[in-house]
Amino acid sequence: MWNKKRDEEPQRPLVPPAARPATPAAPVPVAPTSFEPQKEATPVSSMPVGRVESEARGSATIGKAVKVVGQIFSKEDLFVDGDLEGTVEALEHKLTIGPNGTVHAGVKAREVVALGTIQGDVEATDKIEIRKDAKLVGNIKTARIIIEDGAYFKGSIDIVKPEPARGSSKPQAAPAAAPAPQPVHAAAGSNEVKR
Amino acid sequence: MLSFKNILRGSRGQNGPPAGTTKSPKAARGRGQTGPETVAARQSRGLEEFFSHIRDLSGLTILDLGGATQQNVSFITNLGHRLYSEDFLQILTETFGMEDTVDQSNPGQIEYFLRQALDYPENQFDGVLIWDSLEYLAPALLSAVVERLRKIVRPNSYMLAFFHSDDKLDTVPYYTFRIQEVNTLQVASSGARHPAQLFNNRSLEKLFGSFDSVKFFLTRERLREVIIKA
Repeated sequence: MWNKKRDEEPQRPLVPPAARPATPAAPVPVAPTSFEPQKEATPVSSMPVGRVESEARGSATIGKAVKVVGQIFSKEDLFVDGDLEGTVEALEHKLTIGPNGTVHAGVKAREVVALGTIQGDVEATDKIEIRKDAKLVGNIKTARIIIEDGAYFKGSIDIVKPEPARGSSKPQAAPAAAPAPQPVHAAAGSNEVKR
Repeated sequence: MLSFKNILRGSRGQNGPPAGTTKSPKAARGRGQTGPETVAARQSRGLEEFFSHIRDLSGLTILDLGGATQQNVSFITNLGHRLYSEDFLQILTETFGMEDTVDQSNPGQIEYFLRQALDYPENQFDGVLIWDSLEYLAPALLSAVVERLRKIVRPNSYMLAFFHSDDKLDTVPYYTFRIQEVNTLQVASSGARHPAQLFNNRSLEKLFGSFDSVKFFLTRERLREVIIKA
């Protein structure tokens, strides 16, 4: 009887979800033991865990139990799944707000992907994606925008043409609404938090 | 082409889901319904009239009260306009409840609602896509909303609103309107809601009496498409 009950229970791999490889191999069935924690993190978003993991892969990460108040300047991709108040600049990189992320900040980045909540103005020189179940309240300036059904957006959208490519034979003046390039304050490959 | 009328019947439970329409498991966000979404395309002379006034211009400021959809954002920004987006019905539901559990004539609630949904400076917009949002407003709230709309639009701007013309309806389906062409809408219905009041041409003229003109297009689907000029 005991063995039968164990067989019916869902079998979980020992590796926690965050540590799983992006392309998971076939799960190794492991019978639960009395030492194994049964509690499993439940994502707030309906988005599959694998999709969230792929967003965070290769990025500097602010975890969901972390709160940052201040300014962040990033010279690498950044994944924010915690709370953030202040400003975020990742001018040449991708900023992803995870499903647990709550950002009350002005945001400037090359690319912004919102899965959680952003309250503040957003400038994305390349594109912004507002995914299903994400919430964005603020004004957007970007070259391209993708809004999934089920996303909530309140604010204005300005589409600004991308800056001319470097080395162009005929440099043109950037549109007035386009964000001007700004110096990056952090050392290469690092993130800086100012308080 | 799918009939919009069939959607109406389907939503009233007479004929079940309309044949030939497509269904998506997704429901409209924050509007209290979980049913499958029904999608159809239809011509819209009102939309055509609306765009005839703004398509040859650029740099206008347009307010869309139907919430942000990829199609509407792309269509309007591709015309060179700046788009403001408000999910009017979601804010209405959050303020007054799905079944209007909070009195829509309460002045405090009306003021709160206006701050949430239409808190813009005077003369801000060159056009407003109201869609069918006004059907769910009780008289006191409706008057306040129309008065606020009158303030936030510029002179000679245009607004597009839809009203059901069948006065026997107990409930009307609510839609997400997605612009496909200047005269074609993709209409996604995912539920029904009690209209607060129903309108005829005369009541609509009275409602928008402070505006410059009101123009009607009565569709085969018993829907009044109304162009209001400020």
